[in-house]
Amino acid sequence: MKTLPDLESSRALISPAEAMPPDRLRTLQNERLRAVVRRAYETVKVYRRKWDGAGVSPEDIRSVEDLPKLPFITKDDFRDAYPFGMFSAPLSEIVEIHASSGTTGKPTVVGYTRADIEIWGEVMGRTLAAGGVTSDDIVQNSYGYGLFTGGLGAHYGAARIGAAVVPTSAGNTKRQLQVMEDFGTTALCCTPSYAIVLGETGREMGIDFQALPLRVGFHGAEPWSESMRQEIERSLCIRALDIYGLSEVIGPGVAYECLAQSGLHIAEDHFFPEVINPTTLEYVPDGVHGELVFTTLTKTGLPLIRYRTRDITKIIPGQCECGRTLRRMAKVSGRTDDMLIIRGVNVFPSQIEQVLGAVEGTEPHYQLVIDRQPGRLDEVELWVEVSEDVISDEVRRLEELERKIVRELESVLALSIKVRLVEPKSIARSEGKAKRIVDRRELGI
Amino acid sequence: MKVSQITVFLENKKGRLADVTEALARRGVNIRAASIADTIDYGLLRLIVSDPVQARQALAEAGFSASETEVLAVEVEDRPGGLASIIRCLADAGINIEYLYAFVGKSGEKAIVVLRSEDTDRAREVLQKNNVTLLTGEEVHRL
Repeated sequence: MKTLPDLESSRALISPAEAMPPDRLRTLQNERLRAVVRRAYETVKVYRRKWDGAGVSPEDIRSVEDLPKLPFITKDDFRDAYPFGMFSAPLSEIVEIHASSGTTGKPTVVGYTRADIEIWGEVMGRTLAAGGVTSDDIVQNSYGYGLFTGGLGAHYGAARIGAAVVPTSAGNTKRQLQVMEDFGTTALCCTPSYAIVLGETGREMGIDFQALPLRVGFHGAEPWSESMRQEIERSLCIRALDIYGLSEVIGPGVAYECLAQSGLHIAEDHFFPEVINPTTLEYVPDGVHGELVFTTLTKTGLPLIRYRTRDITKIIPGQCECGRTLRRMAKVSGRTDDMLIIRGVNVFPSQIEQVLGAVEGTEPHYQLVIDRQPGRLDEVELWVEVSEDVISDEVRRLEELERKIVRELESVLALSIKVRLVEPKSIARSEGKAKRIVDRRELGI
Repeated sequence: MKVSQITVFLENKKGRLADVTEALARRGVNIRAASIADTIDYGLLRLIVSDPVQARQALAEAGFSASETEVLAVEVEDRPGGLASIIRCLADAGINIEYLYAFVGKSGEKAIVVLRSEDTDRAREVLQKNNVTLLTGEEVHRL
């Protein structure tokens, strides 16, 4: 049996910036914030226009507590400034340009100065170190190299800590596995879904992952669940860690898990997080889900001030046992684009999945039906398919199950939702996927 | 062979009971006894059938959620007090009955009561001790 890295590996590789006392970190954040706010105002039109409009000047921002005075920016601002209007440095100082494809409209273009590339390498290097990777490791980087930030970001991080990077990029799975076996790859960077493909294909090829030196994986760039983590860990015989990033902020390395696997440490000495209620735009307390907002404190190529990510997560209260004092965020659980507002409460489909996943025996086949009679409160029914695991010969067992789901929903959503048990396959599926939300309010039925 | 009861989850919708019974009929499964426990939104149809294995397959193919439970089937004299004496001996032994339903056997002289208790093994023991006739799975399913 090979030995997998454990919490001790994360503890051994903490950089000083990750373990600052909170008050010193706050002083540093405030200093950096004042500088970046001035720079943004002076060099990027959209900030000057928005802040002038809101009657705030850079001098009003003395500390992170003043951030709420500033307006937010969104992806729309990138679109309006396409391609280089968000840049804060002249092109002579920009050394790299990336772009993320939007599903609609123009891509989001980001530019990096040499100093930004250094920061990127630093935070991605920390990400790998938090998983126990050192200069002794062989890092196979199966993120795509290209306009997408995943490939080069992970590459810079591995190079920064002196590991040997094998830039396999994405695709050509059999050759990837050949390299993994022949070179003795010890750390893998790729999307979680590709990790699963590597595991399955490897088994078909007769590779015994237990016998390979591969021991840790860094997976991000798409949403994945805890059960997917277990599947990857089992299939590749590794520890699988979540990494978070978005190209507007810098790319991968914005937040990363350590081997405690209990939330992602935010590199908040570079990227200051806020979590807001996407409707009221007010702060939500730690531990409560909301939309993640970032302000970059050190980037010079493209400073972001209060950028709404649309990603839903929460700040995990308390300190991590790995010794990093950087605050942690939970795995991103959804996008604000999927959010529903029911009786004034923000509801994310992912929260419902979470509840059903936690109630034993229920399958995640559900449908949320929202209705509103004129002059009445929203009526919400959660339809849950009754599988053979749940069915009982006694009505009271099913009633208990209903009550349990109602209780859990109420504690998670602060909303009372009627639960209705329905026959299997009675929830309409299109192309194998169930339609989760039926909002009759908009249809006026 | 134990006595097996099939429970089917049914939404309260028109025609669902017809769908279940037809699915069983197509497979040549005979229904010996049936009872329904219902709520506003759904019901649980409990069945004693001629062939539980075939019944499960037919139900799965027709897309119904079904489960199998062991129940006791007791022979009861078709006269006043017939059932009472049986219930009494379970009550005296402190055994709760979750539900029961009855049907008439082939002979027409004796009733058969299907009985589900919280502790099937203990209930069986108590009934046997009190000389109550318990029917086997063979006897019930192949009546």
